[in-house]
Amino acid sequence: MVKKSYCLGIESTADDFSVGISTFDGKILANVISAYIPEKGGIHPREAARHHAEVADKVLEEAIKKAKIKLKEISAIAFSQGPGLGPCLRTGATVARALAAYLGVPLVGVNHCVAHIEIGKLKTGAIDPLTLYVSGGNTIVSAFDSGRYRVFGETLDIAVGNCLDVFAREAGLSQKRGLPFGAIVEKLAAKGKKLIPLPYTVKGMDISLSGLLTAAVNLLKQGTYKLEDLCYSLQETAFSMITEVTERALAHTEKKEVLLTGGVAANKRLQSMIKYIAKEHGAKFCVVPSEFAVDNGAMIAWTGVLAYQHGIVTPIEESFVKLRWRLEEAAVPWVK
Amino acid sequence: MGKVKTLTLIKKGAEADLYLAEWHNKKVMIKKRLAKKYRPSKLDRQIRVYRTVHEPQLMHEAKKAGVPTPTIYMVDLKKAMIIMEFIDGKQIKQLLSEVSANKREKLCAKIGQLVGKLHSHGIVHGDLTTSNMILNSEKKIFFVDFGLGEKTKELEARGVDLHLMKRALQSTHFSFADKCFKAVIKGYSGIVGDDVAKNVLDKVKEIERRGRYVAERKGESK
Ligand SMILES: Nc1ncnc2c1ncn2[C@@H]1O[C@H](COP(=O)(O)OP(=O)(O)OP(=O)(O)O)[C@@H](O)[C@H]1O
Ligand SMILES: Nc1ncnc2c1ncn2[C@@H]1O[C@H](COP(=O)(O)OP(=O)(O)OP(=O)(O)O)[C@@H](O)[C@H]1O
Repeated sequence: MVKKSYCLGIESTADDFSVGISTFDGKILANVISAYIPEKGGIHPREAARHHAEVADKVLEEAIKKAKIKLKEISAIAFSQGPGLGPCLRTGATVARALAAYLGVPLVGVNHCVAHIEIGKLKTGAIDPLTLYVSGGNTIVSAFDSGRYRVFGETLDIAVGNCLDVFAREAGLSQKRGLPFGAIVEKLAAKGKKLIPLPYTVKGMDISLSGLLTAAVNLLKQGTYKLEDLCYSLQETAFSMITEVTERALAHTEKKEVLLTGGVAANKRLQSMIKYIAKEHGAKFCVVPSEFAVDNGAMIAWTGVLAYQHGIVTPIEESFVKLRWRLEEAAVPWVK
Repeated sequence: MGKVKTLTLIKKGAEADLYLAEWHNKKVMIKKRLAKKYRPSKLDRQIRVYRTVHEPQLMHEAKKAGVPTPTIYMVDLKKAMIIMEFIDGKQIKQLLSEVSANKREKLCAKIGQLVGKLHSHGIVHGDLTTSNMILNSEKKIFFVDFGLGEKTKELEARGVDLHLMKRALQSTHFSFADKCFKAVIKGYSGIVGDDVAKNVLDKVKEIERRGRYVAERKGESK
């Protein structure tokens, strides 16, 4: 029997610390995620980083145990090199460097956004999709063209997950483990009926959400509307904008698959909208299973495999984190 | 409204169907914004009516600013439909990859001047792509598709406009995007002046940098 090769991936761009393990032929053996949930308010990068440092050993140990392998069997260490929050990224990179040095195996720096797309392709069987990546930190419409994942559209200000989170917090809601703000808004929205006019801003294939958020928060404070109706209107408006630009990019690129990923991809209403336009354009609709749609180590491990197999290794002296590493700047020689 | 003859669908845009037709012995373009079933019908109607009203207004303003746009013949709000002059020519998108580098830069400089004229007159286009620009037989460049445009002099809006232009060049003409954008800026500066151009360009840079990861990311966290 041929000896199996494994890659261990570390993800720590924002509020989650996660370790995943993938075989070189794309079997995910472990994907352990530890979320940092702030007591109140938003994420403080330094506090999140402290959380990551605290849980790192435990998460690592659990991943190895789940994968039923020995640490020494790992052939490469991949880590999320950017984009993300500095202190959080650095914590992950430090763990990765230490591990690689200890095991004497190569280090592979991975672009977080590329990883979201690659794990989505692996898990849904999509080959050349138009990807809509919607999370707390990103709102990006992208597709492969001439050597890179090109960005066709994105938010001009805040990400859609952030928009939902801030609104929920302003409304005095509180998130729980397993029930993020976005999911709470989704539940309330399902009970809303009245569509309240809110700013709808599309520019080319980009969108702007900060005006929408401000207007929704102002109406919330006025107290004239039911919270359910506000959640409904906020969701309908934001998701309609996102769907409009996704459809435009789909018409433009003529891709035959649409891949929906990121934490907000769990939203059933958004899923139904994107599914609708995919069908209209004769494209297959693929949604990434939640465990692999949120920030996770498995996506870093798998993308690490792809990169490593195409000769990409990251020497220690080049393993500094890249806070603003844009999707289209990352080389993806394995995509044809 | 008079008779519309020989209706041929020439493009199914993402937003609208475009028909080439004959209307009162003229070749016309009919742009019909279609209902989008993925969004609530009330919202859908508002968006389509708003854009159908604004597009002709902005085209008219643009013409006054010296930017060629199709003449509007008729607007039908009920059907979210516009009948306008048909511009017989070639999309800049196609032309850019066919002509010599020298010619390409000349075209881009000309485009920059036209964008400069729009901005100077308080108009932003909202969807500056090379498929929304058409060169006719008299070598005039026409701008179309003003549905996402706005009347504003805000720096942010102008920055977004040029950012869209730049990205459109990068995502469809990557091999010569940088040179083209430089030429656009040259033409643009010639109209708005170097100082304004510099401010707008700084804004473009800011928009590009605008981290989705800055401290304000999750709201009031400090
Ligand atoms: N059902 C849902 N509907 C809408 N939004 C949701 C839902 N579930 C989760 N979310 C949102 O997803 C976001 C979290 O996404 P994710 O787990 O990908 O992490 P992130 O750190 O924000 O991601 P990234 O670093 O990739 O930007 C939060 O804004 C959360 O409110
Ligand atoms: N009056 C016109 N004469 C000639 N060609 C036109 C005219 N109006 C539009 N076109 C062409 O048809 C294309 C689509 O038109 P338009 O952009 O107005 O529709 P749209 O549905 O908004 O398109 P998209 O979704 O691509 O933005 C334009 O890119 C342009 O090349």
